Amino acid sequence: MNHALILPILLPFLAGISLLFLKTSSMLTRRLSLMATVALVPLAVLLLILAGDGGYRVYLLGHWPAPFGIVLMLDRLSALLLLLTALVATPALWYAVATDGDRQGRYFHPLFQFQLMGLNGAFLTGDLFNLFVFFEILLMASYSLLLHGGGRERVRAGLHYVILNLTGSALFLIAIGTLYGLTGALNLAELAVRIAAAPESDAGLLRAAAVLLLVVFGLKAAVLPLYFWLPAAYAHTSAPVAALFALLTKVGVYAMIRVFTLAFGLEMNAWLLPLGLATLIAGGMGVLASRELRRLIAYSVIVSVGTLLTGIGLDTVAGLSAILVYLAHTTLITAGMFLLADLIVDQRGHTENWPAPPVAQLRLLSGLFFMGAIALAGLPPLSGFLGKTLLLQAASSTPALPWVWLIVLGSSLLVIVALSRMGSRLFWNMQDVATTAVPVSVRRWWPAAALLAAGPLLMILGQPLTDFATATARQLLSPSGYMAAVLATRDLTVLGASL
Amino acid sequence: MEALIAGVIGLLTTAGVYLLLRGHTFSVALGLALLSYAVNLFLLAMGRLTLNRPPILGSGQTDYADPVPQALVLTAIVIGFAMTAFLIALALRTRYETGSDQVDGVETTDPAPDP
Repeated sequence: MNHALILPILLPFLAGISLLFLKTSSMLTRRLSLMATVALVPLAVLLLILAGDGGYRVYLLGHWPAPFGIVLMLDRLSALLLLLTALVATPALWYAVATDGDRQGRYFHPLFQFQLMGLNGAFLTGDLFNLFVFFEILLMASYSLLLHGGGRERVRAGLHYVILNLTGSALFLIAIGTLYGLTGALNLAELAVRIAAAPESDAGLLRAAAVLLLVVFGLKAAVLPLYFWLPAAYAHTSAPVAALFALLTKVGVYAMIRVFTLAFGLEMNAWLLPLGLATLIAGGMGVLASRELRRLIAYSVIVSVGTLLTGIGLDTVAGLSAILVYLAHTTLITAGMFLLADLIVDQRGHTENWPAPPVAQLRLLSGLFFMGAIALAGLPPLSGFLGKTLLLQAASSTPALPWVWLIVLGSSLLVIVALSRMGSRLFWNMQDVATTAVPVSVRRWWPAAALLAAGPLLMILGQPLTDFATATARQLLSPSGYMAAVLATRDLTVLGASL
Repeated sequence: MEALIAGVIGLLTTAGVYLLLRGHTFSVALGLALLSYAVNLFLLAMGRLTLNRPPILGSGQTDYADPVPQALVLTAIVIGFAMTAFLIALALRTRYETGSDQVDGVETTDPAPDP
């Protein structure tokens, strides 16, 4: 067993607990919190290299053999998402510290660490109930982070978010209970084996449980009928938290990929394609209708979820690898745009008002906005283009071709129109007065710039990224290796005990 | 006993869903609490309903109570308890911030304030 597997959970956990005892947002608290977050980056890179050989790493908690204890599993998909988490969390936390966002209320840093713990745990666990527990940890932290700083709009959006997710948790437990009652297993690998061998009479109940899981993950991922909480919540929370929340919808998508490819086979994917396309349409229209920058970016999160679901729904190696490339791109760029939006609002006032006084750093902010907008809309030469092109290519050999092309390209057009309109309003439609805003130092703008730099960087690294994504998709679509890796530990530990 | 448990779960769920769809945050919190009771009972019942059985599979023991759902229920109770407490605190906060205990922050009798 490689103990590095549990470090991404333990590190934020221990950091979060010790931060609870320190003075809120003192220098020491900030340093500790930043160090614990930055340390996740090399750790995630290490795990990515470890997973890069295509093998599965199993970590038995308490050394209990696989179906009886809880296992952590590391494969390429988990490693990729761990790295994305670390890469988004570091600039987001830095931005919170640089703008004093962490001092607007109490316990920002412990909550941030617990959020990271929940995210990392959800990406690593190989057990359905444990997935629920990590979901709850990350949700609990996200409730408080969302409300951090308070204010009328934030509290109201937060209430909707909390109530919806509590209902989601109840449904998740019902699904888990049904699956356990039918199969007697909670370990994902064991569950997959038992479901494949389930008698015909159980098929209906198993399908009901699967659809319940789809609803739960769909609520987290913000899929069409369940996304109405997202725009308000993301538009009203503080910028670093919104940047971190770019990851939250991806947890739902991750859980769908993991559970459905492993345990429910191809059946669920028939639902995902139409759901994804419908979400794309709704998200595109939301982007077009947004008068405010933060809300626009929040709707672009929904567009990205629609794109991701479409790719999963294609159910081919090409489709899955395309959306894994897109996943890396959309997480980083969206997070960067949320931070940039805050910088812009700081210098020119609310983005819904125009004409407004000009921003102090016109070249810097408009340049970053231009870069982010091109990447977000999926125009060449930046990273969004790569993922969308791969997705369109993947769709070309399936019967869904006309729908996927029409809707993916159509929603991209809506995003382009909305972003160019927003850009011209923000940077060209200005009052003819001297600016009163104070230019910000590099200390405050580098997090946004670093995240948006993913646009060109992911394009330059296109070949290795695509290769990695293809290998990941292959690994995901042949789940027998996953099951074998987990269930082999049963024999190993029994053998170890008898020796 | 199965029919009784199933009926109770159904009743709790019905009441929970009804209250959840009300406009006042207090009813919603009560509804979520009832829903979580229903879920806890459901989880417990998924280990099959048995009486006076040891929770461990011992030597010569062929009939036992499944301990896993009981452990799951304990976890679910703790999480549900914490969440209900948080929701009530949040509902009170919303009451102070928006001056109304409606879920959308708007009293139904008053005209909607300008956002």
